[in-house]
Amino acid sequence: MKYIVKIVVVLIAGVAMVSCAEKGKPNYQYMPNMYEPVGYETYGNYEVFPGQMEAMLPAEGSIPRGWQPYEYDNTNEGRDLAKAELKNPLPVTQANLDNGKKMYDIYCALCHGGQGAGQGILVKNEKILGIPSYADPGRVINDGGIYHVQMYGLNSMGSYASQTNEEERWQITMHVMNLKAALEGTPALEIVPEPEIAEGHHEEESGAEDHGNDDHDTQEDH
Amino acid sequence: MDNNITDRMEKVPYRNLPSKWSLVLFVFLLAFSVSQHTHAYTTVLPTVAVDTANGEALFKANCAACHKLYKKATGPALFEVGDKYDRDWLYKWVKNSQELVKAGDPIAVKIFEENNKSVMTAFPTLSNEDVDDIIAYTYTKKKTPVIVEAPTGAGDGGGGMSNNIILGILALVFAMLVIALFAVNKTLRRFADAQGVEIEEKEETKPIWRAFLENQFLVLVTAILLLLTAGYFAYGWMSQVGVDQGYAPVQPIHYSHRIHAGTNQIDCNYCHSSARKSKTSGIPSLNVCMNCHKSISEVAEATQLEGQNEHGVDYNAEIQKLYKAVGWDEATQAYTGETEAVEWVRIHNLPDFAYFNHSQHVTVAGVECQTCHGPVEEMEIMEQHAPLTMGWCINCHRETNVNVADNEYYEKIHAELAKKYGKDKITAAEMGGLECGKCHY
Repeated sequence: MKYIVKIVVVLIAGVAMVSCAEKGKPNYQYMPNMYEPVGYETYGNYEVFPGQMEAMLPAEGSIPRGWQPYEYDNTNEGRDLAKAELKNPLPVTQANLDNGKKMYDIYCALCHGGQGAGQGILVKNEKILGIPSYADPGRVINDGGIYHVQMYGLNSMGSYASQTNEEERWQITMHVMNLKAALEGTPALEIVPEPEIAEGHHEEESGAEDHGNDDHDTQEDH
Repeated sequence: MDNNITDRMEKVPYRNLPSKWSLVLFVFLLAFSVSQHTHAYTTVLPTVAVDTANGEALFKANCAACHKLYKKATGPALFEVGDKYDRDWLYKWVKNSQELVKAGDPIAVKIFEENNKSVMTAFPTLSNEDVDDIIAYTYTKKKTPVIVEAPTGAGDGGGGMSNNIILGILALVFAMLVIALFAVNKTLRRFADAQGVEIEEKEETKPIWRAFLENQFLVLVTAILLLLTAGYFAYGWMSQVGVDQGYAPVQPIHYSHRIHAGTNQIDCNYCHSSARKSKTSGIPSLNVCMNCHKSISEVAEATQLEGQNEHGVDYNAEIQKLYKAVGWDEATQAYTGETEAVEWVRIHNLPDFAYFNHSQHVTVAGVECQTCHGPVEEMEIMEQHAPLTMGWCINCHRETNVNVADNEYYEKIHAELAKKYGKDKITAAEMGGLECGKCHY
């Protein structure tokens, strides 16, 4: 009888130890005041905030650093106007195109596909269908239109203004124009030679020292 | 496990349906759907042969972004659209809807107004025959989920049940063996009693614990051993205080990283876009979810079944939770403006005395998200993969070479450090990645 009691005690202890290792709750801490900040922490839970949530929408009228007003309305007329007037302010450089491709692959390629033919992974998995090719003859795709649609979204496509900044959107625009050209078989955008841009100066110097980096290749191009 | 079984138990009534009946039902459905098709062909298109397969392909390539068959999306539902409008008018509408709207065609203007003034793209490349094919495709009947669901559910149920049954049988066999052993022992003793055989009682000797206590050397060794083991376990136990490895809280909306980042290969940066340029890799706001879920209001049938059977989650209900929180009205395809906060539970959180910057690791160093967060693309429920202790940070800084190629920012310091350490590659630690002030200030 004694043995049975002992076995039960061990079993209970074992169960208790295992059940304490619960995955749904954070572990306890040595000295919480060393862990928890005095200021409000990102995604923290504080009584001063509505709904006790630190994560809130920015105050009305607040402007993020580097933000530029976008003056075209989210209407069909605004889109037509943007198509007619807006031009890409960034110079066509390899750096801009590279980052444009990187951003495009993160945000756009899921649906529009790496080549812009509308065959992204979500289309192939039949999650989202009917994505047009950039070479679709029924559409007028130009700088202003691409930027405008990234800004506000269009029909089933949502806005990407919260995930990208102005520069990135223009870089994506540049990349999309190149994809469109490739699909239509027209020549790609002409890359502005690096030394003509103010920033290009360092790269000219470093290229001369032969570090085997990319600048070197572009030097040979022109 | 038990839950799943009861779920399935509730689902199986269809199985008890007499097979004759289901056959009749199937034939009836088949006949019905066929008659619908012929109806479409004969009434609308008496002479022209249509190619529904071509229609389906065209529909999926051109129309499906905005139109669903049985549900309003950006544009109206297209099921049996051929009955609603005149065929010639439809040709014109598809080829250039805006022309009709601008010309003041009353039907066109009405549709335009009803659908939030969304401009339908012109499709001048589609021929009248193509449009006919697409319209023929729109007569496809909605599949009744019953036929698909019942057999799959039952099949899966069989697999789960049999495992449990095997375990149960094993436990039963074990229990019977124990009982048999006791019974045999008892019977033997009874035999011994009956036959007058005396069972030898053991002689009273010095109990072993007394012998042990009298041997001081043994006591000493045991004491030391006990202390060492206790110290070992105490150290292990104390090291895990404040470490949240494996922490996987229940989130207000069940979000499967497995489906999003795994099956559909969505880049981590798509949703966690601030990881590229800020200290915190943010929990995405709901507008990011809506970028895709505006179109995806329900998951594929196979995904839904998988969720219910393997993870006990109704994915469609979770999407509805999202719609409710973000205030999306599916019927009108517009935001109502009534939003609710979603209280996501933050999982990864460093103590206040340690500084960590995502952009520095993601953008500058180019570290893969998975290096610290583990195989997120396989996680149905997100959990903390790494211990996030200082030792863990330091270890990675010691082992990781800094990628200085093509980065002129590092050019000078790399040359100097390479000279100092006499080697080609520099680890993060050698560049000062172990200095206290880098992370603690």
